[in-house]
Amino acid sequence: MTSSAHMIELREVSHAYRTKAGPLPVLDGLSMQVPENSFCAVVGPSGCGKSTLTRLVSGLMRPDHGQVWLHSKLVTSPRPTVGMAFQNPVLLEWRTILQNILLPLEIVKSPMSKAEAIERAHHLLDLVGLTGFAEKRPSELSGGMRQRASLCRSIIHKPDVLILDEPFGALDAFTREDLWCTMHDLRREEPFTCLLITHDLRESVFLADQVVVMSGRPARAQYVLDVDLPGPRTLDDLYSPAAVAMLATLRHQIQVAQGRATDADAPLDGHAKPAEVTA
Amino acid sequence: MNDTLRKILAPTLFIVGILALWEWAVWYNQLPDYRMASPSDLIPRYIRFWDLFLIKSWETLWRTVAGLGLAVVFGTLVGMIMGFSRFAREGLYPILVGFNAIPKATVVPIVALMFVGQHDFNTVLIAFIISFFPIAVSVSIGLSTLEPEYRDILRSLGASNVTIFWKIALPKTLPEFFGALKVAVTLAFIGTNLMEIVSPHGRGLGDLFDSGRINADYPLMFAVLFALAALGIVLFYVVVFLERIFAGWAERSPG
Repeated sequence: MTSSAHMIELREVSHAYRTKAGPLPVLDGLSMQVPENSFCAVVGPSGCGKSTLTRLVSGLMRPDHGQVWLHSKLVTSPRPTVGMAFQNPVLLEWRTILQNILLPLEIVKSPMSKAEAIERAHHLLDLVGLTGFAEKRPSELSGGMRQRASLCRSIIHKPDVLILDEPFGALDAFTREDLWCTMHDLRREEPFTCLLITHDLRESVFLADQVVVMSGRPARAQYVLDVDLPGPRTLDDLYSPAAVAMLATLRHQIQVAQGRATDADAPLDGHAKPAEVTA
Repeated sequence: MNDTLRKILAPTLFIVGILALWEWAVWYNQLPDYRMASPSDLIPRYIRFWDLFLIKSWETLWRTVAGLGLAVVFGTLVGMIMGFSRFAREGLYPILVGFNAIPKATVVPIVALMFVGQHDFNTVLIAFIISFFPIAVSVSIGLSTLEPEYRDILRSLGASNVTIFWKIALPKTLPEFFGALKVAVTLAFIGTNLMEIVSPHGRGLGDLFDSGRINADYPLMFAVLFALAALGIVLFYVVVFLERIFAGWAERSPG
């Protein structure tokens, strides 16, 4: 059953890494869907295969079993309609910030002309607060600024799907919150479907429309939380009773995933919703 | 102090200081010039043999640069193979290390016998053999330690391995490459002179050194050493200059 409303869809995806000690299963029957233009955050205990998930969705790897669909097309190899950003901003130090941001357009065929691309790059730099930094080198920028530039690069070619693998993980708390707001600004400007891997529950609630909690390894979707905070969200919303209740639910689910709690310990809250069972 | 001024003044001061100290030590100990030459003994040698110095320096220089050029091409190639293929890396490493461990002075007579009379070829060969190792190792390490994310940002867009090599792997390896090239430059000089001195064939500064030795012209031998040092400094700074152009981004501005 293919639903065109889903931009990203995983069906019963299982994957194991081959190690010296034998196969190490990381994903076991993971199913999830992300509707078009919605924002999905994936949280889970360390080593539960979250990064594996990004590599499968981006087509860098193929799963042992199951299928990954992007825009109703089966993913078999990397696709230029995907943008990626990592915890490490991986800016090329020998290029200026502008040249770094334009890098994907050297690979992907785009209808944009060179001049349009440069204009778009400057526009994105303005949006993320890096006005005037186009000609700087990455070494002249702070960690937060590099990550902003990395975000610009990941969307310069107008990807349908943006895959973020803990892009804010290495930043200090205030810079991180700044960048969360930047993410909202970017999405308001041009909608895209986003899959965010994170360890930060507040981040997931603030940014996402849907939070998927993965179980311990080998992982499957243990719990799905619909974040029904009204937009536009502000950082203050994170301290609203609704958000606090969601955070408590997620915290509990993580503990369940870590094997440190059972469902019986669940916080009393109306947001709990059983993991979607996909046929 | 002005930056450029310091860069010129500091080395000049140090060179002059050391020469003065040397001159003084020889004079103070009353050493005859067949035991220890002093800087003032060298000047007459340079004046007397200036033409020879020019000719021999050129012979040494071009053969060193040729050997180094070969080392760059071959070393980069071997480094690329080792950097991209784990199989090749594990297979080639012990061979390279073993080869590098052989004292090159022992290779000289073998090469001289193998290609009798091909003096220029032999000299270039030794300069090449002695200097390609650091280049191969640095390129292979640079390529094999490329963080997977660097590959992934291009691979996730569907870029080919060739594109990834040209756009990321190669430029990212350049600082390591130039670091190795600085070592290789001096090594190549050693190689050239080894051939010129161990297997004398009447060419290069090594030959001039040898004739100084045969004629017991101690100051001439010292004069040759200084000429070699000067050539070495020039070549080294040529590499530094190239590094500024091609890998200047890796240099952090001070402060």
